[in-house]
Amino acid sequence: MNLKNIFLSLLFIATSLTLTAGDTINGAGATFPYPVYSAWAFNYYRATGVKLNYQSIGSGGGVRQIKNRTVDFGASDAPVKPAELKAGNFLQFPAIIGGVVPVVNVKGLKAGQLKLTGEALADIFLGEIKKWNDPRIEAINRGLTLPDSEITVVHRSDGSGTTAIFSTYLSVCSGDWSRKVGKGKSVNWPVGIGGKGNEGVANYVKRVNNSIGYVEFAYAKQSKMTYVKLKNKSGRFVEPSFEAFKDAAAGAKWNPDTGYYLWLVDAPGDGSWPIAGASFILLGKEKPGVNRRVVKFFEWAFKNGDATAEKLIYVPLPKLLKSSIQDYWKKNGID
Amino acid sequence: MSKQNLTDYKDTLFRVITFGAAMVVLVVIVGIFVSLVEQSLPAIRKFGFFHFITTPIWDPVHEVFGAASSLYGTIVTTVLAMAIAIPVSIGIAIFMTELCPNFLKGAMGTAIELLAAIPSIIYGMWGLFTLAPIMGNTVEPFLQHTIGKIPYLGSLFSGTPLGIDILTASTVLSIMIIPFMASIARDTFMLTPQVLRESAYGIGATRWEVIRNVVLPYSKGGVFGGMVIAMGRALGETMAVAFVLGNKHQIAHSLLDASATITVTLANEFTEADSNMYMASLFYLALILFVMSFLTLAAAKFILKERSAP
Repeated sequence: MNLKNIFLSLLFIATSLTLTAGDTINGAGATFPYPVYSAWAFNYYRATGVKLNYQSIGSGGGVRQIKNRTVDFGASDAPVKPAELKAGNFLQFPAIIGGVVPVVNVKGLKAGQLKLTGEALADIFLGEIKKWNDPRIEAINRGLTLPDSEITVVHRSDGSGTTAIFSTYLSVCSGDWSRKVGKGKSVNWPVGIGGKGNEGVANYVKRVNNSIGYVEFAYAKQSKMTYVKLKNKSGRFVEPSFEAFKDAAAGAKWNPDTGYYLWLVDAPGDGSWPIAGASFILLGKEKPGVNRRVVKFFEWAFKNGDATAEKLIYVPLPKLLKSSIQDYWKKNGID
Repeated sequence: MSKQNLTDYKDTLFRVITFGAAMVVLVVIVGIFVSLVEQSLPAIRKFGFFHFITTPIWDPVHEVFGAASSLYGTIVTTVLAMAIAIPVSIGIAIFMTELCPNFLKGAMGTAIELLAAIPSIIYGMWGLFTLAPIMGNTVEPFLQHTIGKIPYLGSLFSGTPLGIDILTASTVLSIMIIPFMASIARDTFMLTPQVLRESAYGIGATRWEVIRNVVLPYSKGGVFGGMVIAMGRALGETMAVAFVLGNKHQIAHSLLDASATITVTLANEFTEADSNMYMASLFYLALILFVMSFLTLAAAKFILKERSAP
């Protein structure tokens, strides 16, 4: 190879590098929405030729990375508080909705047979209700025979958005829970055993008789676990379903002025499933050029990505919320 | 430039390059230490040292952090894993050097090396999906019905056997460190001069006597070194135990309880740690583990040196 050839190939490599850099959107954060973001990214690339590189390093890492502006967008399963949005000069909006479903393994119980309230669920996870035939459970389930056996509680051993949503729900429903344990991505569990990841919790619940745990909606659905019905804010017992999650999202009061800061738990609405949560996107406010490219991706996903999301058992945002987010973008100088 | 000068120049250059390469190690170690200290400073300031290592509470919601439970789990799982692994690996090494028929030697040696080459995450998944059910359904109920009935000792096996506990984690750990210990012990056994062995056999010693009185004393140092290396590995092992220990921050009295080690805590909680004090406390844990591993290896080096000194 002569010098000229080497020079030319170097030039070629350099230009292709800069080209890819210009055509790639870099994001990092939450693990929960990773499957749907990467499916959207694949379709988006086929439609537009723009690549999206999403690293699922965890919500905590996502927030830190966008704080340092080392990525184009960060993603978090928990909404960032308005005060922190201001301090970090962030824009925040929800992109996809998921939910948490309590699952049980009690001999003879089929999916949807057992009914629980938020208070009862909190008492079980506090270790106050120790047996399945506790009067507090039987009072809700007239006509259902429950065994006189100890309940084994299964929770997540790793920090996760799922735990954040679940513990927030328990805090809303029970003063005791809120005082003794509180809400967070990992909490100091009073009782129970810990499984790593949804697969860990699902594995224990399936194996251990008389156990109860909580997993993501998609996980409960795919592995056909015995879910329970929960009492929602309107006093109805609902099953976890796409409609129930959509109702929860539609009934909630989303406020663009606070960066859509909202925990989607115990949401109003007759059909609402009470334990849901949105996964959020964070942008650096001072970078309209970069943000335009990111927003274009999500605009495209909002328009064309609902079917993909539902196939992966995620709940797409309701229409009204989508148009509110588009206004939010415009208001902040991105369109 | 004369030829002599050129050689000198090359010599110097070579020295500088190798010196630089050697310095990389030192710089990296010091760099890691400094950054661990820097990152954990808020936690060190808030909790102090003795208070931190004696507090068994780990409550991210209220930002109360203590390392006692993780330290306890780290030490208990490591000690238990060593207790299982030492006899097994010395047995393997004796069999392979003294008793094994030649046609088996190659195959067994390769099998042990393969065991050492399996990535630890695979041990973790295997532990969760295969070993934990076996432990929870068969081994642990059996232990409860036998040893569990003995007073005092029995309390080590109290509780509901679920297979996600200290015993399972230690078993996985021991399987992981056996290949290291066994192959180092085997290599040191082989270093025993053939003359010594032959002389012992010559004066009528039995096989057992040769192993007990010639081979083992001769290779004490090497076997001990192998144990310490294996212990260092057990202290820092993460993925193999992250799935089967439950990450529960408690001082467990029963081997059938869930627990947490420092590495398990880091692996489970690092990605989602959101508050600054939470991050700092995790770094503080990492710093403690760093110092612990360092001290273990330093102590081993020191003891080995003492022993080999005349």
